[in-house]
Amino acid sequence: MNAARKLSCIVVLAVCALSLAANWLSPAGYAKQFREAPNAPASRQHLLGTDDVGRDRFARVLYGTRISLLLAPAAALVSTGLAALVGGLAGYLGGIWLRMARAFTDLFLSLPWLFLLITVRALMPLNVSPLVSVLITFFILGLLGWAASARVLSTSADNLRNCDFVLQARASGLHGPRLFLIHVLPNLKPVLYAQFWISIPVFILAEANLGILGLGVAEPLPSWGSLLRELEGLISFREQPWRLAPLILLIVVMTSFQLLLSDEEVAA
Amino acid sequence: MSWNSSLGRIARRLAGKLAAIAALVLLGGLLSATLVRMAPGFDSDERELDPSLSAESVRALQQSHAGEHNVLSFYLHYLRGAIHGDLGTSHALGQPVQNLLRERWRVTVRIVGVGLLLAWMLALSLAFSICLWRRPAFEVFGIIISGAFLCIPAAVLALFSVVLDAPGYLAIALIVFPKIYRYSRNLLLKAYGLPHITAARARGLSEVRILAWHVLPVAGPQMIALAGITVSVALGASIPVEALCGLPGIGQLAWQAALSRDLPLLVNLTVLVTLVTLLANSGADVMIHMLRPREEA
Repeated sequence: MNAARKLSCIVVLAVCALSLAANWLSPAGYAKQFREAPNAPASRQHLLGTDDVGRDRFARVLYGTRISLLLAPAAALVSTGLAALVGGLAGYLGGIWLRMARAFTDLFLSLPWLFLLITVRALMPLNVSPLVSVLITFFILGLLGWAASARVLSTSADNLRNCDFVLQARASGLHGPRLFLIHVLPNLKPVLYAQFWISIPVFILAEANLGILGLGVAEPLPSWGSLLRELEGLISFREQPWRLAPLILLIVVMTSFQLLLSDEEVAA
Repeated sequence: MSWNSSLGRIARRLAGKLAAIAALVLLGGLLSATLVRMAPGFDSDERELDPSLSAESVRALQQSHAGEHNVLSFYLHYLRGAIHGDLGTSHALGQPVQNLLRERWRVTVRIVGVGLLLAWMLALSLAFSICLWRRPAFEVFGIIISGAFLCIPAAVLALFSVVLDAPGYLAIALIVFPKIYRYSRNLLLKAYGLPHITAARARGLSEVRILAWHVLPVAGPQMIALAGITVSVALGASIPVEALCGLPGIGQLAWQAALSRDLPLLVNLTVLVTLVTLLANSGADVMIHMLRPREEA
């Protein structure tokens, strides 16, 4: 592991640790309003100032980071699982199944990602509790983000289908789901891991976009998307620079993820 | 003879592509119609809660939605209307969908078109500079600038363009630029690393000749394919850019439809965007196919 990747790993772990320690670092919580100090500048009491309704921005950044960093991998797990199911199985079965799966993934991939996201998000109820909105947002990300991974996995599984060890297993009488689960799926693991890690930053960015457009996590629950929505009222970068803190944190984490993913993993 | 046969091959490919596009658009429309039908709250109409309406009026309202209960009949009804130029009426805006599209398509075409042009110019100039001069400073600059724009959400770039009073197409260009740059840089570096290009350089061929005769034929087809894909990326980027910069285009319409759960409008927009992206990708594919016979000849 080179120095840049080590540093990125440390940064991601540190940010995760800080967000998990939010209860101790900011006991007031993300929803507590300091009504006497709305839009307060950064101070010793409020490290990143307060928002329009007097909530501590530092606390919201910590809790928002926790939500985004915990649920993006969960969504990546859902999408990778779906991709393994659709792409892996189609590649393993081959023939018409592979062609059908590829046509379906092509249809999915031909739609602009953000367009698809806002369309499906709009189909879900918008006036729901904050917790349900978090689950809906990340579940949709997981549900819609499988197509690119499925395309890669179907090619890998298709290549594996005609490998010597699979042919030998088939000749020895192993067929159907057992052959897929025992011989094909374990050999798809490296591609699955790569697709899982690649999906995480994609989902973090997608949630941020949805949040800014008002289609993400509902108030008062914070996420990087809802925190970045505050930038909408920004007049200049010099005025209240602490409002840029969530964006800087997002860029740092995203850069770390980019450095963590090697070229080979991205190519896979 | 060979010209006729290659023309026939292209025509066959074009016909096949158009048939595939028609099938995929119909499938996409059916899929979105099914999703719309299954969406919670599809049956309800806020007007039914109006206390000033009589029981008969409420019944009439309910009957007006009766035809939408079955997905297939709802979709067939929509298709029949679409053939006659009737795309339905937007629930939220109370206007015919075709009027809304007619009013807004120019804005989207302009900002997506100019944005794409700018993104390609930026990305290709940087990628060619790196490949031709091979200075580490260019490489580092490319990595930092493309990495930075890849890490910033599209909606934040749109917000920044509002703060800095920059045009919307610039935000689209900066959203699409890193994707084009990274892919084209890799393609060009791979092409420039081929042995016959090293041999051509050793024989003293000019860089322009090498580029035109040896690099572009290798990297060109994949770049054309990338051009098709970037149309889809730019269309996606138009949603936050138009929504946050207040530009009245198709992207803003999609955002408004999503916020107000204007489901009939969303079905139309899904079909339209699917059609445009499929046409862009298929156009790129046909262009690649048209270039191939000349290479072989």
